Amino acid sequence: MDFSFSEEQTLLRNTIQSFIQDNYDFDKRTEIVKSEEGMKIKNWKLFSDLGLLGLPFSEDDGGLGFGPIELMIVVEEFGKGLVVEPYIQTIVTCGGFLKRASEKQRSKYIPKIISGEDIWAFAYAEPQGRYNLNDLTTKASKEGDNYILNGYKCVVSAAPWSKKLIVSARTSGDQRDEEGISLFILDKDSSGISLRDYPTVDGSRASEIILEDVKVSSENLIGEEGKASELIEQVVDESIAAVCAEAIGAMSVLNETTVEYCKTRKQFGQPIGKFQVLQHRMVDMFMQYEQSVSMTYMVNLKLHEEYSERRKAASGAKVQICKAAKFIGQSAIQLHGGMGMTDELNVGHYFKRLSMIENLFGNIDHHLKKYASTA
Amino acid sequence: MELGLSDEDLGFRDEVRDFIKKTFTNEMRKKLSLSKNGHVEKGLHVEWQNALYKKGWIAPNWPKEHGGAGFSATQKYVFETEMAREGAPRTVPFGLSMVAPVIMEFGTDEQKEKFLPDILSTKVWWCQGYSEPGSGSDLASLQCKAEDKGDYYLVNGTKIWTTMAQYADWIFCLVRTTKTEKPQQGISFILIDMSSKGIEVRPLITLEQTPDPHHEVNQVFFEDVRVPKENLIGEENKGWTYAKYLLEFERGNAYSPGLYRAVNNLREIAKDTPTGYGRNLIDDNDFINKLNECEIQIQAMEFVELRIFSALSAGERVGPESSILKCRGTEIQQLLQELSVEAISHWSIPFIEDTFANVNEPSIGPDYALTITPNYFNGRKTTIYAGSNEIQRNIISKAVLGL
Repeated sequence: MDFSFSEEQTLLRNTIQSFIQDNYDFDKRTEIVKSEEGMKIKNWKLFSDLGLLGLPFSEDDGGLGFGPIELMIVVEEFGKGLVVEPYIQTIVTCGGFLKRASEKQRSKYIPKIISGEDIWAFAYAEPQGRYNLNDLTTKASKEGDNYILNGYKCVVSAAPWSKKLIVSARTSGDQRDEEGISLFILDKDSSGISLRDYPTVDGSRASEIILEDVKVSSENLIGEEGKASELIEQVVDESIAAVCAEAIGAMSVLNETTVEYCKTRKQFGQPIGKFQVLQHRMVDMFMQYEQSVSMTYMVNLKLHEEYSERRKAASGAKVQICKAAKFIGQSAIQLHGGMGMTDELNVGHYFKRLSMIENLFGNIDHHLKKYASTA
Repeated sequence: MELGLSDEDLGFRDEVRDFIKKTFTNEMRKKLSLSKNGHVEKGLHVEWQNALYKKGWIAPNWPKEHGGAGFSATQKYVFETEMAREGAPRTVPFGLSMVAPVIMEFGTDEQKEKFLPDILSTKVWWCQGYSEPGSGSDLASLQCKAEDKGDYYLVNGTKIWTTMAQYADWIFCLVRTTKTEKPQQGISFILIDMSSKGIEVRPLITLEQTPDPHHEVNQVFFEDVRVPKENLIGEENKGWTYAKYLLEFERGNAYSPGLYRAVNNLREIAKDTPTGYGRNLIDDNDFINKLNECEIQIQAMEFVELRIFSALSAGERVGPESSILKCRGTEIQQLLQELSVEAISHWSIPFIEDTFANVNEPSIGPDYALTITPNYFNGRKTTIYAGSNEIQRNIISKAVLGL
């Protein structure tokens, strides 16, 4: 057993840290979030130059062949800077599908991701489905060499920035069957796709997507027709592991900022950090954070395990992260008092991102149920 | 011990219901449902208060001789309950429930004559100048100073978290008139005309990002502002006593009716929200247990409130026990806001900056989802403002438990 990071991994962490320091202080981030585009292409290109966009892809596909621990490091540091550029969406989630796609698809799509040319988004959620990845009313019917897609996908994160979409759709079976789900690669500008783009409360961008008779060549089917459910679950587990890492990054900033504030803010003639009731609250924040770090390591170390081990790890980690995200986010605001309520202080923005992470890929109730139903 | 209302009180309740039905227009309901911070435009607040004024109900807590409603303790409770049950706007408290009682108790006859009628008729809008950047929970450390210049005070300093100061005609302020060893002793209570030279109001945008002019709080800056001496309340350096009196007056709000309303709304949402597993959230045990637990907590609150109202109507004084209401009321409210965000899952994510604009554009997700996340973000203030819940617990600990 060894929980230390290799020299290479530490170097990677340092690289991201200096990126955040140079390009992503709170004012710069605010500027990016408020810009028309909502992200900074220059940053994305820089990620490419730094090799970050090729991290999880195999060397054969032009990548660096790294695993979940390296992704975890990158995303944790991004979490500290509240980076909005869609690294998890493109690299972890869509990348997770693509690295398991056919050779032809890999060679066609992965290089343009690594070069920073294409951003991708995963369109899976539907209004009636809540967190059930298999509850799909979007349908794909085969017509000769093509599939025709019809349906509605909601709150598709990063879609406004994307060139390509990976869409889950039902090719057979009933609305919530595990069997009969397929994954398709779509050009966002295909005819029949319409998007309504909007900002999100945590500073990102998303879209509502309507698919009306969208024609997709069967070459763009990922894996076998009707057999995508298991793959989706796996890639979502990997995405959960990454989101946990982002969350612990954000939590660490909130904890540090709060402790620092309580050391300097004076009321009743002394720093408010001298009050025991606040000390204990900060200790609880710290303990929640440490447990979250541990669960994040745990899930990232278990992603390669067999199904039920991996599944339970992902749900378990997400439950801990949701709990801690809420407690740390709310406590940080409370301890900052009125200042914590202002939009001009960074604290509220971390709180908002953590609040949205609670909901991403399933909340506590959802993952407790999944945990219970995984043998 | 008895729970029911007398026939007379039931009659009064029907009268209140009837008034709300006629006066609380659909336009107001719609506007309130679109608000990210609980406030609407000034005009609508004024319209609502004018209607209450005409009915004679604008000031349930004022004595009758000053134009108060002359309610009994029970009627006050019934009135508040019915208003909250319907989600009617609360009267803006700064004039009616904050500065007015102080003017009545400590003001001169001229001050009473000058200020009280305009407060009652909402002709003049007030805001509150208490907190400062360096003085929050520790209010007595405030620095905004008023120097004696003969027939006027020269005021310099700043006040923060000033709710709806952008609409205000007047502000009541705690200012430092003397530097004393005990900080409480050098504070005075003065009234300042917001149109005076040297006052600047800057919006502070809060987490839910309600844009100017519908934002909630501001910072107010005073630079060499001349305030006539006649605007001093009571005696110089006695302001702390008046401020404490005001706080006492402020206590005893009923939270439970509004919270019941929030629970019922959430139940409706849960009926309309699919779980993704062939049911609706209302049939999901995990969710519904949490919602029911909230409701039970509200009931515990309600009966604390009823006990307090019963003590009040028996002529007893209610002291620091009412801090229980502030703690539990705000914490249950936050819990409900949290559960609401949970209920709407994906629809908690889209951001709409100005929910009052573009009402004709279809919303992203169901209409009811529009303000749920902003209300959750904005609602974090409630355990911070009006004496943070940590301070409230200190009060209970010291003044009730004797610790």
